[in-house]
Amino acid sequence: MEYNNEYNLDLYPKKLRWKEGDLNATRTTMWSGPGCHEGCQVIFYTDDDGKLVKVEGDPNSPFNQGRLCMRCLELPELVNHESRLKYPMKRARDERGQDTWERVSWDEAYDIICENVRKFQQESGPESIISMIGTGRNVSQVIAHNQYANFGGPDLTLCFLSGDSCMLPRTALCYVVMGNQWVADMSQFRENRYEKDEDWVVPECIVLWGTNPVVCNSDAFLGHWIVEAMKRGSELISVDPQLTWIGSRAKYWLRLRPGTDAALALGMMNVIINEDLYDHEFVEKWCFGFDQLKERVQEYPPEKVAEICWIDKDLLIEASRFYAKAKPSTIQWGLAVDMSKIGTQTALAIADLAGITGNIDNPGGNILIDQAGGLEFGYNSGIEYLKEGMVEKRLGNSKYNLKKYGFTASSQSDAILDAIDTGLDEKGDPRPVRMLWIQSSNPITNMGQDAPRIYRAMKKVDFICVIDMFMTPFASACADLILPCAMSNERDCVRVWFDPIRSLTKTGSYYEAKEDEQIMIDLGHRLSPELWPEWVQTPRDYMNWRMQNAPECRYDSMEELEDAGGWHYHPFRYFKHEKGLLRPDGQPGFNTVTGLYELAPVLFDSWGDDPLPFYEEPPSSPYSTPNLAEEYPLVLTTGKRSFEFFHSEWRQADTTSRELHPVPYFDIHPDTAAKYGIAEGQWAWIENQMGKCRQVARYNSTLDPRVISTEHGWWFPEKQAAEPELFGVFDCNPNNLIPMGENGPSGYGAPIKCSIAKVYPSTSENMATENQPTYQVTRGSGYTHGPSHKTDTPSFYDGIK
Amino acid sequence: MARGDYGLMIDYRFCSGCHACEVACKKEHDLPRGDFGIRVLQHGPHETSDGVWEYDYVPLPTHLCDLCAARTAEGKLPSCVHHCQAGVMVYGPVEELAAKAKKAEATTSAQMVIYPR
Ligand code: SF4
Ligand code: SF4
Ligand code: SF4
Repeated sequence: MEYNNEYNLDLYPKKLRWKEGDLNATRTTMWSGPGCHEGCQVIFYTDDDGKLVKVEGDPNSPFNQGRLCMRCLELPELVNHESRLKYPMKRARDERGQDTWERVSWDEAYDIICENVRKFQQESGPESIISMIGTGRNVSQVIAHNQYANFGGPDLTLCFLSGDSCMLPRTALCYVVMGNQWVADMSQFRENRYEKDEDWVVPECIVLWGTNPVVCNSDAFLGHWIVEAMKRGSELISVDPQLTWIGSRAKYWLRLRPGTDAALALGMMNVIINEDLYDHEFVEKWCFGFDQLKERVQEYPPEKVAEICWIDKDLLIEASRFYAKAKPSTIQWGLAVDMSKIGTQTALAIADLAGITGNIDNPGGNILIDQAGGLEFGYNSGIEYLKEGMVEKRLGNSKYNLKKYGFTASSQSDAILDAIDTGLDEKGDPRPVRMLWIQSSNPITNMGQDAPRIYRAMKKVDFICVIDMFMTPFASACADLILPCAMSNERDCVRVWFDPIRSLTKTGSYYEAKEDEQIMIDLGHRLSPELWPEWVQTPRDYMNWRMQNAPECRYDSMEELEDAGGWHYHPFRYFKHEKGLLRPDGQPGFNTVTGLYELAPVLFDSWGDDPLPFYEEPPSSPYSTPNLAEEYPLVLTTGKRSFEFFHSEWRQADTTSRELHPVPYFDIHPDTAAKYGIAEGQWAWIENQMGKCRQVARYNSTLDPRVISTEHGWWFPEKQAAEPELFGVFDCNPNNLIPMGENGPSGYGAPIKCSIAKVYPSTSENMATENQPTYQVTRGSGYTHGPSHKTDTPSFYDGIK
Repeated sequence: MARGDYGLMIDYRFCSGCHACEVACKKEHDLPRGDFGIRVLQHGPHETSDGVWEYDYVPLPTHLCDLCAARTAEGKLPSCVHHCQAGVMVYGPVEELAAKAKKAEATTSAQMVIYPR
């Protein structure tokens, strides 16, 4: 760019540590927690006591190029926060929900864990112990390795996230279609970025499908890379129910009704195929199932799709033409794809759209990528230690073909919750769940749907151990033992999701908080010493052990990687399918059954599932449940992101995040607000047949007046931890309104972003303590409901089935 | 250097409203709650009568902005400029900024503001 700044790189030497005035500078990588999915390269400035004083972005970094989000800039606020967990603490099981924690030593904590683990293994089998993780955190490899090697159970899951509805539906689908997964190409896998990389091409068209990338930075993709492409001429198509800032810069904004993404993709393919705008060469040479797909899209003419999606027909046609004609075009997809019941089918429709236009593994298109250096640092870490026959016991797996046949690295939370509730697995066989190991997740605040049901179910579990940075609502309500974990700057670690491989170098510690790796190692030597080399005693040892065991990884130790500058880019090649780089047999093609990009996966066909994408109405909507919609007329979408927070993190009242964003907001069209008597800035109730929550109204005239949009992850650390206050956790939680167990045919996907609700203003009468969801859930049997509520326990099916 | 010689230039066409400049500044200057050396103002989203959606963030330095005198004396960029997520802030002599703005405007239809300090 003409006006770019030049950093003074003399002041940011490419070495691990240096002195700057009174402070010690360390160049390293930031990865949760707290944090996000990314792993930006940072410089931590510490004082001589190791206290984190300030953070700067590393200008040498090809990844974030010196830049940082506000949360990494305010990082010292959380790292040094007085209310962080300082010591392990236990609480008597019958005192859950009370503030009666008792400090214990690490040795005692380990004894408690080992005693319970051995007891449950003996009495109910290792499968009675389940590990649960938050999203994309820097414990993916730790929690898996610990679960499989130390506890021996097969179940690892995204903590009560219905239908694994975060990236996993898209990833599993991609492995079926192309034997790999794709991401939009912003030159991020090359050390020389943008025009400095001679192979990269500026995408002519970027589709932002169900993502607001600059805010959410999801799935190891830094959203502002899109802004860099825009500066270089990329045009955007924004597929989003509301106009985001980046969407306002788009050539086309398709304001679809939440949950109708599959219909839109099918409609776009209808236009592209029928107008002969598809890539004949790629389709003929590399795709399987085109004729079937061509037939299927005939069921989705633009008129019909426009009606389903609440968008303009001509806009749909124009955007489809633009996407197909632009060379290259790329799609950056987001969470909204996963968060409908037909998450897998939606992902298939979008993958097919990219396939028929030939935007696969081409510069500036959708490129295929694996983990850096062949290191398995994800949910399959340590899977080799599981005893034979264990994987087959994964809860939910027998019910869903995709999972049964191995296109999964996790178990299904919905099936786990059912097993906790009923004591039975999905086949009806006894399956006690005795122990939950919850690492960096806060499910009743954030991640779990039907939060009150999860809260109730936890009472049936014998032993719950939480590993976290703060006392969370979940830990306060449900844990028997809580272990304080180190934050990102307090850990030695290696990051490989995706390229480059990056090192994290420890710069300090906080009271007795321990690295997640250390907890795993300590437990390993106690519980399964035969699986742990004697010399692996510290997180650094662990990293070195794993690197030495990965033949493709060019570094054998963290020290080598740190000395090399803290990151390394493996060679990235385009058009890998042409060069025989994707299949184990070295032949050209994709690593699929047919060797082709499967528009209609043969595996789906052979399992008796529909191999083609289709659209189905969300389980509750103005069309699928018209009677219910008379009472709950608005379409509710959830999980709107903001710069200030990452899920339930950063809610502490004295943070800059809360200064800028003090209360939860829901977006509502001003006409709709007026209709229901709600003023901007006023608290209002959002309610449906399952439950209710309240947030503050924020006018948003870009929404369809029939749609409202809420935030997620709110709790109030300034409130009391003990019940019935419980940090106000249920009061503002839209997950009170969303079911568990409403999953599509693949087991993946859930209607988290597409349900229905009504809104009404808060008044002094309906704001009393007894009316607050947290009080109702912790002290009463559930919610106070309208006429559609017929049973004691609120159910999604009241008024539906 | 005299007051007004140096300044900040911001291309708010690509400012995403990410707050990084605000927080970078607060941290650099250890500003208390409520104080800002730069504030990101929001216009829109608003549909104009010709059907165009306007939605802009415009960062506005306050009287507390000293152009990061301590940092720039060391040879560093001002903290907001260093960290700006969209890379749309430039620090330099006002004449140079004006020349850059002119050039950028001609090639990329930028939306530039210059704040001499
Ligand atoms: S994306 Fe933002 S929050 Fe995440 S590591 Fe990078 S700067 Fe930090
Ligand atoms: S130049 Fe420095 S003082 Fe001025 S707004 Fe930016 S960070 Fe704040
Ligand atoms: S840091 Fe840059 S992109 Fe972010 S709000 Fe400030 S000027 Fe805008």
